Amino acid sequence: MQSTLLRTVRLGVQSLLLHKLRSSLTTLGVLFGVSSVIAMLAIGEGASIEAQNQIRQLGSQNVILRAVKPPEQGVSNQRQRVLAYGLLDDDLARIEETFPGIERVVPLREISEDVRFGSRSMRPRIISTLPAYIEATGRVVDRGRFLDEFDEASHANVCVLGYEVARFLFPLSSPLGERIKLGADYFICVGTLLPRVLLQSDRPAPGKDITGEVFIPLNTGAKWFGKMQVKMRAGSMDMEAVELHEIIVAVKEAENVPLVASACREMLAREHSQRDYEVVVPLELLLRAEETKRIFNIVLGSIAGISLLVGGIGIMNVMLATVTERTREIGIRRALGAKQSHIITQFLVETVVLSAGGGVLGVALGIAIPSAVERFADMRTVVTPGAPLLAFGISAGIGVIFGLYPAWRAATMDPVEALRHE
Amino acid sequence: MSTASPVQAAAELDSVSRVYPMGGTDVRALDDFTFSFGQGEFWAIMGSSGSGKSTLLNILGCIDRVTSGTFSLAGEDVSLLDDNALSDLRSRKLGFIFQSYNLIPQLNVLENILVPLFYQDNPPEDGEQRARALAERVGLSDRLDHRPQELSGGQQQRVAIARSLVNDPTLILADEATGNLDSSTAAEILDLFDELHAEGKSILLVTHEPEIGARAERVLRLKDGRIDEVYGNQRGAF
Repeated sequence: MQSTLLRTVRLGVQSLLLHKLRSSLTTLGVLFGVSSVIAMLAIGEGASIEAQNQIRQLGSQNVILRAVKPPEQGVSNQRQRVLAYGLLDDDLARIEETFPGIERVVPLREISEDVRFGSRSMRPRIISTLPAYIEATGRVVDRGRFLDEFDEASHANVCVLGYEVARFLFPLSSPLGERIKLGADYFICVGTLLPRVLLQSDRPAPGKDITGEVFIPLNTGAKWFGKMQVKMRAGSMDMEAVELHEIIVAVKEAENVPLVASACREMLAREHSQRDYEVVVPLELLLRAEETKRIFNIVLGSIAGISLLVGGIGIMNVMLATVTERTREIGIRRALGAKQSHIITQFLVETVVLSAGGGVLGVALGIAIPSAVERFADMRTVVTPGAPLLAFGISAGIGVIFGLYPAWRAATMDPVEALRHE
Repeated sequence: MSTASPVQAAAELDSVSRVYPMGGTDVRALDDFTFSFGQGEFWAIMGSSGSGKSTLLNILGCIDRVTSGTFSLAGEDVSLLDDNALSDLRSRKLGFIFQSYNLIPQLNVLENILVPLFYQDNPPEDGEQRARALAERVGLSDRLDHRPQELSGGQQQRVAIARSLVNDPTLILADEATGNLDSSTAAEILDLFDELHAEGKSILLVTHEPEIGARAERVLRLKDGRIDEVYGNQRGAF
């Protein structure tokens, strides 16, 4: 019986080779269907992994409180005003004192000043923070060290450069021990950090300024730069007083993250009269990203599925034409003893060969497309091993489903009529 | 399972009718037809077109069914068999030879000869040797790899004859087997039939040409779905 099947497959291939152009065009339909399934799933998967990495970088056990500039309220046409908003030192103290189950709390302040070394200058984010920052965010020291407790206690004029800043200011030499000018004051560089996990989205677009970070001790920042940010604009001067720009609350146990997050929300809602803060919970974002990914996959999957369907209909169309064209052959075979099941098998094998052939080529193309997208469109793609299997399985299944009707039509022909067919 | 006669009939029809409904009126292609073709006999079935000879051939070939009456092949009543069983019967007991050869274009000569065995439930082990021997016999052993369209009409009909013999059939049915051939090629084919007959094969040859009918052992002439005339030719084996 096995050899019979083998012979039937060989026969099917022979019949298909009789019409090479038609067979290959039919195969194309499935080929594109399968490859688009794989490519779309790979692009979707890549985008979702990208999003998940971004979120993980924020720290999945962290709750991040951020200062948000509240919307302009009322008419304020004073030429000079101080806008006070954001997180307060009191907020920090309250979290530290009252919340249980917290690993550490790290406050951040951002200072907007130019950073200069020699003739090079840039405007990165200057972040004054505590030594615990590096543990809370999982950043890694490249050279030298991060800020330490002694720097903090002694209000030392030291700084740690982010990767991009170090590369920009010191393209050829080591920044360690160099005196770097932040605003009007000199800071000694004690270390540099590795870049964050390199994300495609972090790569600066060509022609755009590199954003980098410079870290200085919290106390030092308060000493030199105060809490007032002055922004000069044409005709007016904006002053912003922000005590803290960000508080990172690192929670000990992951399952307590939602609890701490809601406690933070509650506390801030009670203490702040205006909504000048936001609470970012990476864990919640992660869950939401997974949900988004699911929807994304369904949408992409159904689009690709439709293209497979179209390919299947193409196959059916061609097979119906083939059956009509080969009516005589069917009659001969029936007269020579072929059972209806033989005829069904014969035509089904032909459609499955067509669609599976298209499936194999489609898998190859479907794997090639994402890598091309990755190279030329600068998008991350991930071909999960399930996707080619799924697509190939569907294509073979389509061969069976769309081949059944033409094969049935062939098998149920009246042999006498079929033999008489010209 | 022969009962009455010591020589079992190759095919036996007992008050067989075949009725085609055609636009309200019924066309009786075979009308209460009773006849018996003996084992090893060479019959020519003749008659004008519409006389029912094609219908008779289709019923004998088990590709058409009787409307009423019984038809048995080598003692086996086939009028009640289902499509599967009929197909099986065709692959084991019948050999078809057609006017237009009806070889399968995508198969080569050897594969074409093997087709009936391909559809048997238990194909013989020596099928391929048998096919080669038959190709040798019809003089085509050097053309085994050729496709039908690379052969002449006479050669194609020889392949068809080899194909009809490969399953060692009870009955060989030839439908105007020489109709598309020139007279000398037709003569060769008819010689081949004579040989087969001499070997004891049962052959039914449908034709409308009297000179071909004259080559057969016996002649059955049909008219309007009934027997018109039955006679023996002098140059038969008896």
